[in-house]
Amino acid sequence: MLEIRNLRATIEGNEILHGLNLTVKAGEVHAIMGPNGSGKSTLARVIAGSEDYEVTGGEVLFDGENILELEADERARRGIFMAFQYPVEIPGVGNTYFLRQALNAVRKERGLDELSGKEFLELAREKARLVELPEELMKRSVNVGFSGGEKKRNEIFQMAVLEPRFSILDETDSGLDIDALRVVASGVNKLRGADRAIVVVTHYQRLLQHIVPDVVHVLVDGRIVKTGDKDLAEHLEEVGYAWVDGELKAAQAAQA
Amino acid sequence: MTTATKTIEELAEQKYKYGFYTDIEADKAPPGLNEEIIAFISHKKGEPDWLLEWRLKAYRHWLTMEEPKWPKVQYEPVDYQKISYYSAPKKKGDGPQSLDEVDPKLLETYAKLGIPLNEQKILAGVVAVDAVFDSVSVATTFKDKLKEMGVIFCSFSEAVKEHPELVRQYLGSVVPPTDNYFAALNSAVFTDGSFVFVPKGVRCPMELSTYFRINEMNTGQFERTLIVAEEGAYVSYLEGCTAPMRDENQLHAAVVELVALERGTIKYSTVQNWYPGDEEGRGGIFNFVTKRGICKGDDSKISWTQVETGSAITWKYPSVILRGDRSVGEFYSVAVTNNRQQADTGTKMIHIGKDTRSNIVSKGISAGRSNNSYRGLVQVNKGATNARNYTQCDSMLIGNRCGAHTFPYIDVRNDTGRVEHEATTTKIGEDQIFYLQTRGLSEEDAVSMIVNGFCREVLAELPMEFAVEAQKLLGISLEGSVG
Repeated sequence: MLEIRNLRATIEGNEILHGLNLTVKAGEVHAIMGPNGSGKSTLARVIAGSEDYEVTGGEVLFDGENILELEADERARRGIFMAFQYPVEIPGVGNTYFLRQALNAVRKERGLDELSGKEFLELAREKARLVELPEELMKRSVNVGFSGGEKKRNEIFQMAVLEPRFSILDETDSGLDIDALRVVASGVNKLRGADRAIVVVTHYQRLLQHIVPDVVHVLVDGRIVKTGDKDLAEHLEEVGYAWVDGELKAAQAAQA
Repeated sequence: MTTATKTIEELAEQKYKYGFYTDIEADKAPPGLNEEIIAFISHKKGEPDWLLEWRLKAYRHWLTMEEPKWPKVQYEPVDYQKISYYSAPKKKGDGPQSLDEVDPKLLETYAKLGIPLNEQKILAGVVAVDAVFDSVSVATTFKDKLKEMGVIFCSFSEAVKEHPELVRQYLGSVVPPTDNYFAALNSAVFTDGSFVFVPKGVRCPMELSTYFRINEMNTGQFERTLIVAEEGAYVSYLEGCTAPMRDENQLHAAVVELVALERGTIKYSTVQNWYPGDEEGRGGIFNFVTKRGICKGDDSKISWTQVETGSAITWKYPSVILRGDRSVGEFYSVAVTNNRQQADTGTKMIHIGKDTRSNIVSKGISAGRSNNSYRGLVQVNKGATNARNYTQCDSMLIGNRCGAHTFPYIDVRNDTGRVEHEATTTKIGEDQIFYLQTRGLSEEDAVSMIVNGFCREVLAELPMEFAVEAQKLLGISLEGSVG
C-alpha cells in the first residue's frame, strides 16, 4: 500500500531523513520506534504533506503512485491520515462542523454523496463511543480547552470518522496516562482492517502492549536500522536505544 | 418656503424648459452637480417643496465643507462633477405591480448574485424584500402583510409621497444634513432607499431586507434609509449588497438613520460586498457611509452588525447615541480586506443617559497588501452615571504585506463610568492550515474555516440566512490570499 524509497528530507537546510526505506502492506500494523530527534515526526509529517520540509530525494508511493507532488489535502482525500503529536487548536470552529466538512470533502473525492447534518451526527456519535469521546467535546471548538488526553482521543475520533486507508500516528501515546492510553489503543485496534494499514510512531514500547504491531522498525538518525516483529520492541525496551546505536556502529565498522 | 429658495427654484425651472429637463423621460441625469441637478432629482421624484429646500440647504452647506482627510485611506480625489446623480432602470409601462412584471433580465442578474427573488417570494413570511436596483425600487413584496400590523416598509420615495409627515419628522434628526461631508452630499442628492416605521407595541414579524446593487456606469449611489421603532416596537433589518466587475471608481455615500423610542429595539445587519477593485485596487467602489442610531427613549436598544468584505475603500462608523436611560448600544463587526483594499471602520458610542451600556466586538482580517483600521470612540458624558462599555478588538493578519491598525478613542467625563478595552492581533497559523488540510480540506477552505471561526461571535449575531451568506463571502473574499 505504502512504499517509501530512499527518502531524503531537509528542514531549513538540515537533512533529517537520510535515505529512508519502508514498505507497509494493507492489513498490517507497523511500529516505528526511535530516540528523540531520530526523524520520527519528520517522517510522519513528510508523508502527510507538510511544507515545512523539503524532500530532496526519493519517493513515497501510495498504491504505486508517487504522492510527493500532491498537496496535503489531496493526500488526505486519497486516504492518508496523520494523527498529530500536538493537535492544533482552531478557535471558533465547532468540532462537529469541521469534521463534517472534512468527511464530505473526502466522500466527494470517493464519489460518495455528502452526508447531511443529521446523518453525520449519527455517524459521529457512533464513532465517538469507539474512543469514549464525551459528546460535549464534539460541540466545542476544535481542540480548544481539551486536555492532552482529550486531544489525542479527538485525533483517533477523527480517524474513525474519516476512515483513512493509511494512517500514521505520531506519538499518540505521549502525555497519556494509562487509562487514556488504553482507551486510545482500543480505539485504534477497532480500526484495524484487512484493507487498512496503520503505522504507530512511538518512543516507548508501552503503547505496543495495547496495539500489537505486525512489524517493528527502529529509526535512528534518519534511517531505519532494524526491522523485526513485536519482540524487537520488547527487546529494545530492555536494552535501550544505546544498544541499537552500538549495533549500528558495529555494522558500519564491519562494512568499512 | 423662503423667498430665496423660491427664486432659485423658479430659476431652475426656467432653465429646465430648454435644458435636459425638457426630456422628462430621461432615465439618467447628465454628469455634474449643481442646484439644477438637485432640483431635477427632486422634481423627477415628485417631491414636496420642503424636501427640495432641505436638499438645497444641504448642498449649499456641502459646498463650504472639505473632504475628510483623517481616515487611514488613500485615494485619488473624486471629481464630483463627473458623477451622474440620477439613473432609473428601464421600465415598461408604469412599473411592475408584482414580481411577475419585473424585467426578467433583472431577475436573472439577481439570481446570478445569489439573490433569487422568486425563491424569496416562496419563502413568504420569512423575509420581505424591498429590492433597490440602481436608484429606484423595482420590486416590493409582503407589504400587505406588514400593512395589517401597521408596519410601514417601503422605498424612501414612496414614504415621501405616502407618509410625508413621518419623513419630515425624522429625516435628518439623527444625521443632520450638515453632519459631515458625505452626509451633506447624500442629503443633497439622495435618490432612494428604504423607509421603515414600526408603530408602538408592534413586533415586526419578519426580517426586513434590502439588496442594493450598483449597475449603471458612472452613477453614484446615494441611498437614504430611515428606520423608526416606536415605544416597545421591535424590528430587524437586513441590508446586503454585491456589485459586479467594473472599471471606473464608483462613489457610494449612503446615510442610514435609526430612531428607537422608549423600549424600542432596532437590529440592523449588513453584509457589504461592493466590488473591491482588481488585484491592484483599480475600479473598486468607494464606500463612504454615515450610519447612526439614537436610543431616544429609556430602555431602548440599537444593535449594528456588519460584515464588510467589499469596496476598494470603506469609511464607515455605525454609531449609537445612548440618550435614554438604561439604553443599550451594540456594534458587532467583521471587516475583511484583501489585495489593495483599505478599510477604516469602527463605531461611536455616545453615552448620555444613566445606566447606559454599550458593547463593541470588532474583528478585522487583513490579507494581501491591504490596510484595515479600527477607529472607535467611546464617550461617556457628564450626566451618564454608571455607563458601561466593553470593547474587544481583534485583528488577524494573513501574510506579511498587510496592515492592521487600531485607533480607540475613549472620553470619559463621569467618574462612575466603566470602560474596558481589549485588543489582540494574531497571524493565521500555518500549523492550523496544515492541520485542516491533513483532514481533507483544501487550503482555501481551511483559511475560510479559520477566519470564520475567528469571526464567530460576530457571525452569531446575524440572522441565520444572512450568516450563511456571510460565511461564504468571507471565503470568497480571501481566495488566493495564502500561499
